[in-house]
Amino acid sequence: MDLAAIIALNILNGIGSLVLLSLGLAIIFGMMRVINLAHGEFLMLGAYTTVFTTNAGLNIWVAMLVVSPLVVGAIGVAVERGIIRFLYGRMVDTMLATWGLSLFIIGLITTIFGNTANGVPAPLGSFSVGDYRASYYSIVLIVIAAALMVAVYLVLRFTRFGLVARATMQNPNMASALGISPPRIYMATFGIGAAVSGLAGGVLAPISGIIPVMGAAYIAKAFITVVSGGASILAGTLAASTLFGLINQVATFGTTPVFGEVALFISAIVLLRALPQGITGRFFKGRL
Amino acid sequence: MPKGGRLDTSAVCALGLALMFGLPYLLDTYGIVEFTVFVVMAILSLSLGFIWGYGGILSFGQSAFFGLGGYAYAVAAMNASDSTLPFLAAIVVPTLFAGLLGYFMFYGRISDTYLGVITLTVTVILFNVVNSTAGDAYHIGNAPLGGFNGMPSVPPLNIPGMPDRQLGPDELWYVAAGFLILVYAGLKFLLRSHFGRMVVAIRENESRAALLGYDTRRYKLLVFMIGGGIAGLAGCLFTNWGGFISPTVFSLATSAQIIIWVMVGGLSTLIGPIIGCIAIQYLVSSIGAQQVFNANLVLGTILLVFVLLVPQGVIPALLALAQRLRLPWPARDLGPRTAMDAES
Repeated sequence: MDLAAIIALNILNGIGSLVLLSLGLAIIFGMMRVINLAHGEFLMLGAYTTVFTTNAGLNIWVAMLVVSPLVVGAIGVAVERGIIRFLYGRMVDTMLATWGLSLFIIGLITTIFGNTANGVPAPLGSFSVGDYRASYYSIVLIVIAAALMVAVYLVLRFTRFGLVARATMQNPNMASALGISPPRIYMATFGIGAAVSGLAGGVLAPISGIIPVMGAAYIAKAFITVVSGGASILAGTLAASTLFGLINQVATFGTTPVFGEVALFISAIVLLRALPQGITGRFFKGRL
Repeated sequence: MPKGGRLDTSAVCALGLALMFGLPYLLDTYGIVEFTVFVVMAILSLSLGFIWGYGGILSFGQSAFFGLGGYAYAVAAMNASDSTLPFLAAIVVPTLFAGLLGYFMFYGRISDTYLGVITLTVTVILFNVVNSTAGDAYHIGNAPLGGFNGMPSVPPLNIPGMPDRQLGPDELWYVAAGFLILVYAGLKFLLRSHFGRMVVAIRENESRAALLGYDTRRYKLLVFMIGGGIAGLAGCLFTNWGGFISPTVFSLATSAQIIIWVMVGGLSTLIGPIIGCIAIQYLVSSIGAQQVFNANLVLGTILLVFVLLVPQGVIPALLALAQRLRLPWPARDLGPRTAMDAES
């Protein structure tokens, strides 16, 4: 019973981490069809922001939930203005440019801060379930992931900005004819996607190694989740995260964490062979 | 048109042969050893130049085949006395792996961007798996995989059938440069065949080629496998160069470098990727020597600048410039991504 509870918690934790890792990417890819290969570096910048502001004396919750998204969101807007906006409609070039950006950011952070940084400890401590111990922070992570999903859903579904953004993505010319400026919507959407990534990076900071190349460890997982999820941002991310989080944690429990990841990737590749449009290309079609 | 093209190819090959036999007289041993690795990487760069520039398949994981070739050679060479079979294994293993991966991608008819994501992901998996194989539990035959420590003291190539006659560093230069010229000429030859024309036709318009009755998936799969095999060959030579291989060959940085070489040199040419590769490596090794700028910073800047400002690459840009200035050379159109390039 205790074991079952711990495994269930681990599975939920795995799903929550995948949601956090991929939501920012899903917003940018789902809304704008831009593949942002610098996504891992946005997460890394979020983590760095949290670590540095916390070590400078700021409350850790403020750092990860407020400062990180603001900083990375601002960087996202700058990147959209400086690079991405010249490349709309050229998907492969966007991938290459964002990969260049990714290397650039890694190089810049390494030059400024060196190869390592002091981490922050996970707050809140741990509790025990029978013979097993688990940290409160893993529950916080699940709650934040769920809250973030709900918030994005509410913004896209019920606010004026959400409506305008969805309309612009569906038909930019029509939106433009109705008096909306598509470039500003693109800029805002990219900024929001980057801010969500920054928040995710901040939340993951206490439980990951803070190094300039930490993004590389996340980016493959984030991409495979978004691509397998398919066209619907939230339904797709949730469906793919649930499936892969489950497979990953079960395989990790049976073997080692590395082979848990291998199981995740192999199942993703087989899934894409069966459903080339992703999960939401077949199921939950047309949902948000 | 074919005449001019042939002249070009033979001129490049002749220049290559001249450099191959001439450079050892101009450089000391250190210089030759450095140039050997440039040339090995140029073979790797050609493999991506072929599948991306001509096949239109942008693989973000060409380093996966490179690394697999290197590891296949290392594992086989530690188990065999003669290096002939390990050498073949280094080509066959990545080719088969490319076949398996390509089957999932091309027969699943996934889009170009998803293809990039999947190749990237596979590379990351390989990196993580090989990285985690440290310790005595992980070995294939007599070969310990070594995890993140890599595999040191891999036996070098020997003359086929004579296990005691191993190649020294200066001899490896001739082998590497010879293979580069061979791969270049072989790809040129392939591109002039019916198969090569089909490959370019599919890049230009896949639906049209399919509607004409060609099985485009099969052609793309074959191109991908050829690219995998060439990358494996490069991996084998790379392992020989240092007598060492480690999981960093699978890293994203390696994959990014290959793309930068091809991008800078120029798509839809075969000489571009070679020149781009050698120039950038020379630059990176100079950066490594002076320690002021971080190599990632420079590579990222180069990639960004080229995507935004010179998307067709240096060689096609120079050729286009030469044409606009009405220079006598070259006499033919070499605009980026035209069907004519199949002929060149």
